[in-house]
Amino acid sequence: MFDLDKWQEIFSTISKNKLRTFLTGFSVAWGIFMLILLLGAGEGLQHGTENQFKGDAMNAVWIMPGKTSLPYNGYKIDRTIKLENRDFEDLQKNISGIENLSARKYLNGITEINYGKKSGSFGVLGCRPEEQEAEKLVIEGGRFINQLDQTEARKVACLGRDMKLELFGEEDPIGKYININGIPFKVIGHYMDEGGDRDVRRTWIPLSTHQKVFGNPNSIDRMGLTTGDASIEEAQVIVDQIRDRLSQRLDFDPEDEKAMNIRNRAEFYQKFVDLFFGIKIFIWFIGCGTILAGIVGVSNIMMIVVKERTKEIGIRKALGASSGSIVGLIMQESIFITTIAGYIGLTLGVGLLEWSGSMIQGNTYFSNPEVNIKVAVGATLLLIVSGSLAGLIPAVRAANIQPVEALREE
Amino acid sequence: MIELKNINKYYSTGNHELHVLKDVNLQIGAGELVSIMGSSGSGKSTLLNILGILDAYDSGEYILDNTLIKNLSEQKAAKYRNEFIGFIFQSFHLLSYKNAMENVALPLYYRGVGRKERNKIALEYLEKVGLLDWAEHMPNQLSGGQQQRVSIARALISKPKLILADEPTGALDSETSGNVMELFREVNKLGITVIIVTHEQDIAAMTDRKITLRDGQIVESLVDV
Repeated sequence: MFDLDKWQEIFSTISKNKLRTFLTGFSVAWGIFMLILLLGAGEGLQHGTENQFKGDAMNAVWIMPGKTSLPYNGYKIDRTIKLENRDFEDLQKNISGIENLSARKYLNGITEINYGKKSGSFGVLGCRPEEQEAEKLVIEGGRFINQLDQTEARKVACLGRDMKLELFGEEDPIGKYININGIPFKVIGHYMDEGGDRDVRRTWIPLSTHQKVFGNPNSIDRMGLTTGDASIEEAQVIVDQIRDRLSQRLDFDPEDEKAMNIRNRAEFYQKFVDLFFGIKIFIWFIGCGTILAGIVGVSNIMMIVVKERTKEIGIRKALGASSGSIVGLIMQESIFITTIAGYIGLTLGVGLLEWSGSMIQGNTYFSNPEVNIKVAVGATLLLIVSGSLAGLIPAVRAANIQPVEALREE
Repeated sequence: MIELKNINKYYSTGNHELHVLKDVNLQIGAGELVSIMGSSGSGKSTLLNILGILDAYDSGEYILDNTLIKNLSEQKAAKYRNEFIGFIFQSFHLLSYKNAMENVALPLYYRGVGRKERNKIALEYLEKVGLLDWAEHMPNQLSGGQQQRVSIARALISKPKLILADEPTGALDSETSGNVMELFREVNKLGITVIIVTHEQDIAAMTDRKITLRDGQIVESLVDV
């Protein structure tokens, strides 16, 4: 193996049979390259989707009222269902298993908000202090809305990172006043939310203030809750209890999904997990197909290489080569080529993944494509071994026939 | 040097068996220059291949330099081919991707001689056949006569006791053939046994002994005096 002379012999063969070397190497490199891209793309897609869920608590449930789509208790359909503060208090009191219940209110349409001469359009949401938990907001300065703000309906605001940067730049916003529809609000903090662009281009204000200042006192647009350590099944029980209770209070059919849309995020997430499991199996299926095609390709080329070299084998034997040395020469050459080519394919594939990963940063549906290096190396080794085995059989056969027969080969 | 006793060789082509060599008995002494004549299909090439351990025979005995050559292991056969015999073929059989010097040096590679050393020796032998200036040329850049001289240098480099040439002038014009034969005579003068297979009378006439084969049997063995 470390016989320098043998290596020189191999290098001279390789450098003078460039096409043959290229073809063998290419099929290996290409197989590995494609496999890595495939696996990496699958991972990237999965990471991207997981990022989508990162912005909110995994065990969150959202409750959104709408219009009835089923007649109930003598009421016609298309009746608007509304949530109010007392529904919130009722759920908080009577449903067990809720870790954190929050309520929010939206301001319809685009809202002009300005600080001094700088202005922009941002979302304005009213919430209770529990919202920080449900939205997984990370406070980067100051504080979030607290119970006192809520009770006293203070005109305070906590800004998303992008909003803060647009209005204040590097300036510290804490204690400054911004105007929302002409009404001044004191900035008490700013936060980061990983859920995406929209989540950092808005401000939170106390729910009570929102109700008082922008009309509709007592009205709630949406409730959210987290279920703590509850399993998916346990969370579903809580969801069913909420639906029953709200249906009694607000007079709608408990079966009417449109009257009260209750979205269980854990359930939703589970669907994604299942979907990705399916995609992963699919990717592996294609990946194995790619490797198999690579193996067939390498085997084919190795067989042709040996066939092409049969005459050379005859000549070498006439000059005194033993069959062992001939088989060794061919094997060592093919292992050398496939190893180098496999390494090239591996490097290119991983390199392209890294590069594309850095290029598409910020794209929320595809991020961090990566590949398990053990899998990649394993696949490369598999190709090398199978390629060598495919060459070994005809090489042994060619080396063991009578030299005169090998010499006759054209 | 060479002793063949009742050598028989069959080739089977499908269900048809061909008796190529029939009870061949032959003795060739050290230092002889011998030609084996015969028409195509007479078995002369088969005989040469058996002499060169490139092919097996079915019955009889072949003794080369007091060694019985029969049912040899791969290793032994390779060793004898490398140490005892130098081959020269009609179509030269040079490796196309090696230059003249590397082709000549190849038998020494299988003898375990280091690269520098064997290339140096190869140059000496190329000089002997008058091709020192062509050492770096690839076979396809050489004429037929030059290629044959490269293959003669290759056959000589391992200092064999026996040179076997299968139609060495078959692909060459008559003038070049004459030069190549001259080279064989010089080699022979060094004491090396040379056996040349040919179907050309004038080539055979330049050897010391003519053996004629017909239908797998030796019909004539003439010694030129």
